[in-house]
Amino acid sequence: MSRATLDLRGREDEASREELEQIERVWRSPPGFLGWFTHVNHTNIGRRFIVTSLVFFLLSGVLGLLMRWQLSGPLNDFLDPDTYNRIMTVHGTAMMFLFAIPAMEGVAIYIAPLMIGARDMAFPRLNAFGYYVYLIGGTIFFLSLPLGLAPAAGWFSYVPLSGPEFARDYGVDIWTTMITFIEVSALTAAVELIVTILKLRAPGMSLNRMPIFVWAILVTAFMIIFAMPSVIVASSLLMMDRLIDTQFFNVDAGGSALLWQHLFWFFGHPEVYIILLPALGIVSAVIVTFTQRPLFGYTALVLALVGVGMVSFGLWVHHMYTTGLPLLGRTFFMAASAMIAIPSGVQIYCWIVTLWGARIRWATPMLWVLGFFAIFVLGGLTGVMVASVPFDRQVHDTYFVVAHFHYVLVGGAVFPLMAGLYYWFPKITGRMMSERLGRWSFALTFVGFNLTFFPMHQLGLIGMPRRVWTYLPERGWDWLNMLVTFGAFILAAGFALTAINAIRSALRGEAAGDNPWNAPTLEWATASPPLNCNFARQPAVEDDHPIWSWEDTGQRAVVGGLSTTRRETLVTTLLDARPQSVQVLPGPTPWPFVTAVITSVAFLGLIFSPWFFVIGVFSAFAGFVLWFWPRRPYREE
Amino acid sequence: MILAACDGSQSALDPGGPDAHAIALLSQWMFAAGAFVFVVTVGMLLVAVSLGRTGARQLSFRRSAIVVLIGGVAAPIVAIVAVAASGALIGDETEGAQGPEGPEIVVAGRMWWWEFRYLDDDGEVIAVTANELHLPVGERARLRLVSDNVIHSFWAPNLQGKTDLIPGVENVLFFQPDAPGTWRAQCAEFCGLQHGLMGGLVIAEPRAEYDAWLAGQAADAAVTEGPGFDAFMDLGCGECHTIRGTAAAGEAGPDLTHLASRRTLAAATLPNTPGNLGGWITDTHSVKPGAKMPASVPKPERLHALIRFLGALE
Repeated sequence: MSRATLDLRGREDEASREELEQIERVWRSPPGFLGWFTHVNHTNIGRRFIVTSLVFFLLSGVLGLLMRWQLSGPLNDFLDPDTYNRIMTVHGTAMMFLFAIPAMEGVAIYIAPLMIGARDMAFPRLNAFGYYVYLIGGTIFFLSLPLGLAPAAGWFSYVPLSGPEFARDYGVDIWTTMITFIEVSALTAAVELIVTILKLRAPGMSLNRMPIFVWAILVTAFMIIFAMPSVIVASSLLMMDRLIDTQFFNVDAGGSALLWQHLFWFFGHPEVYIILLPALGIVSAVIVTFTQRPLFGYTALVLALVGVGMVSFGLWVHHMYTTGLPLLGRTFFMAASAMIAIPSGVQIYCWIVTLWGARIRWATPMLWVLGFFAIFVLGGLTGVMVASVPFDRQVHDTYFVVAHFHYVLVGGAVFPLMAGLYYWFPKITGRMMSERLGRWSFALTFVGFNLTFFPMHQLGLIGMPRRVWTYLPERGWDWLNMLVTFGAFILAAGFALTAINAIRSALRGEAAGDNPWNAPTLEWATASPPLNCNFARQPAVEDDHPIWSWEDTGQRAVVGGLSTTRRETLVTTLLDARPQSVQVLPGPTPWPFVTAVITSVAFLGLIFSPWFFVIGVFSAFAGFVLWFWPRRPYREE
Repeated sequence: MILAACDGSQSALDPGGPDAHAIALLSQWMFAAGAFVFVVTVGMLLVAVSLGRTGARQLSFRRSAIVVLIGGVAAPIVAIVAVAASGALIGDETEGAQGPEGPEIVVAGRMWWWEFRYLDDDGEVIAVTANELHLPVGERARLRLVSDNVIHSFWAPNLQGKTDLIPGVENVLFFQPDAPGTWRAQCAEFCGLQHGLMGGLVIAEPRAEYDAWLAGQAADAAVTEGPGFDAFMDLGCGECHTIRGTAAAGEAGPDLTHLASRRTLAAATLPNTPGNLGGWITDTHSVKPGAKMPASVPKPERLHALIRFLGALE
């Protein structure tokens, strides 16, 4: 490592140019259709996660519109109850499992390694495997709807309604196998992110210099590791109940219907924060850049993120207040649920004092952040209300709760995700998004969102239960439902404008340059889109806003001495990020794809025969053997 | 052909008993406090972002820390204590048995209707009815919630918060109407195809009227023979429905012994009129797609006899 060594890029001499070309050749992803299946670079995989999840978002959004069309008036027969229930189940499941988590993972996989100055992630092939698992599992799950095989038991799949007696077709089998399968992808991403963040940070980026966004991703990844096994266990037990006649949830045989709810919500509640925390990280990143100020209360913000992560595992019973559990026990969860207000409040007020009197650059990402504030605060407040046992016994499973969680999830996660999209789009594509379309999109989305979801609070209080395919007239619900449906189409128009904006701008947006927003974090220290190797010379970091310090001092420190003929990235110590060793990363390979196909066939086959478990184990083993086949020993030229 | 059965309110904001009243009061306090916090927080944010244009400076570290400690720590702690304390107290009050002791009634969730079994002091069943819960005014009725199929949730928001009916578990819920009245109840836990229209009525009457009603419901059917009854049995209705005092003793569908005394049909979806009854029998699945009852289309004269017979089951 040498101070004041300039980056390779931008140097004019022949030797440097050749060296850069050499490195880029080593890190290049093979072109062509077949080459696509061998990519392992985190930028490729992250981009695919983001695009795929946004496609699922749009498709699930269309399902939401269909439901709203059905509910626009009483006793509407646009959808029959069976179709409605299937659409409702796929909407909820896909929004949670196919959009929200993978979208956040995608942003994390793309941005976090760049932000910490790494050349790639710690296990690039595992990363690719996770993506194919998600793509195949998600596509099969979504296709179940047009094929008439979709589940109809709700995204929460409560037994006994989802058990062998009451859900007789293949729908719930597809739900259990595909959800279990897709969770594998969440787990691989979590392992990957934790190791990358803890071990591959640029030298000098000690934990206390890590951007808040990276902290948020680290906490999220740990939460995934603790939460996902619970839903995998639950859905596996249900799968076994349905496929090989075990009796875990069969009350008549001594099983328990409530066991499912405990297992599901022990995952389901942290899940909400798994979606929320990366979004809060995005908000922090955008605020720093658009105020050109460091955040106030770095330590408080980190502790708040960790605090949310911990407390979120002690709240699951607030989804079960009406199941007849003892009041004393529920009181404990009531206090724990309300406790989330502390770390959330700390973050909100740290952002407010950071914004206090700042000269804010009012570009589109900042508008989405402002919208996030209003909606998320309201959603958080109704969240404290539903934490109250008696209040929840009135509004539980009504449209009040539908309103509450859309405020938290759309306001708390999708708005920041949109901010992140507008913020990082120039980095990912090298082109700016249109500001004009962006502002229109934000305005329509904000108005449409509130028209759609605010009246739902009232609907719930005046008695409308959720998950109903229709309702009787003259309950006082008619005009509110009409208003909600009207709002939903405005909301959809808002998101559609961003989709159009993204496609147009990717094709012919204005060129962005390395750092169009003058941001301080390392993802902006490389080209846009990033080099194949991310950094021709990995940067070394001396404080928590490296790019701003480089501008002040006019010089930047970089790492020298990494090989130019194979994929190498620096490994540093966990706390202080002192250089420790060099990791050699694998290049393009088809085996993750092959193994993912094998495992998907095995999971899908399980629906039809338990023998696919055996077939799956042995053929996946063969896939892994090929995957881990030793590389030729490396010889220094 | 659907004509909704529309009498009765179904709203948590229009309480008809002490439990719903306590929760409505708590709700109003929380809405007021929530609105205050929302205005302060978003107001602070708007001030913060608009100050940049005026050239104001950043808050000092000390002031920033004070803002964060008040807004992010002190205020939420006050809220947590308030929510937890009020929740525990009102929870205890609304879920407990304290109050004048009332009748004991088993509420069974079926797919997709409600069965009410009235018990005497020894726990023996006095009468069975469907989709219409009668309660004496001023008494704290004890509802025992059971299900032998999927999970349902019994919710009559004007009187009480909801509680689930879970297979293998028996939950208890107390209802205490303050004054005579009619309210609607509805299933609140997703239970399959007809979850959306799984409604019911709750009717509170003075004790004397309630007693008279219950005595009537306990009696056998008023009519037990004739061409209408023959049509009933020939069409197989007795396989699923009970008419006490006759050979019809099925248990899959609602007890019809006093069908004509009920105000609604099809889980409080249709007013109980001869026309609706005929429509429900002959065209069940366009009223409620997926309902478990098979539609029957007898010859017109048999249908009329059947409707007259059912209409006589006072």
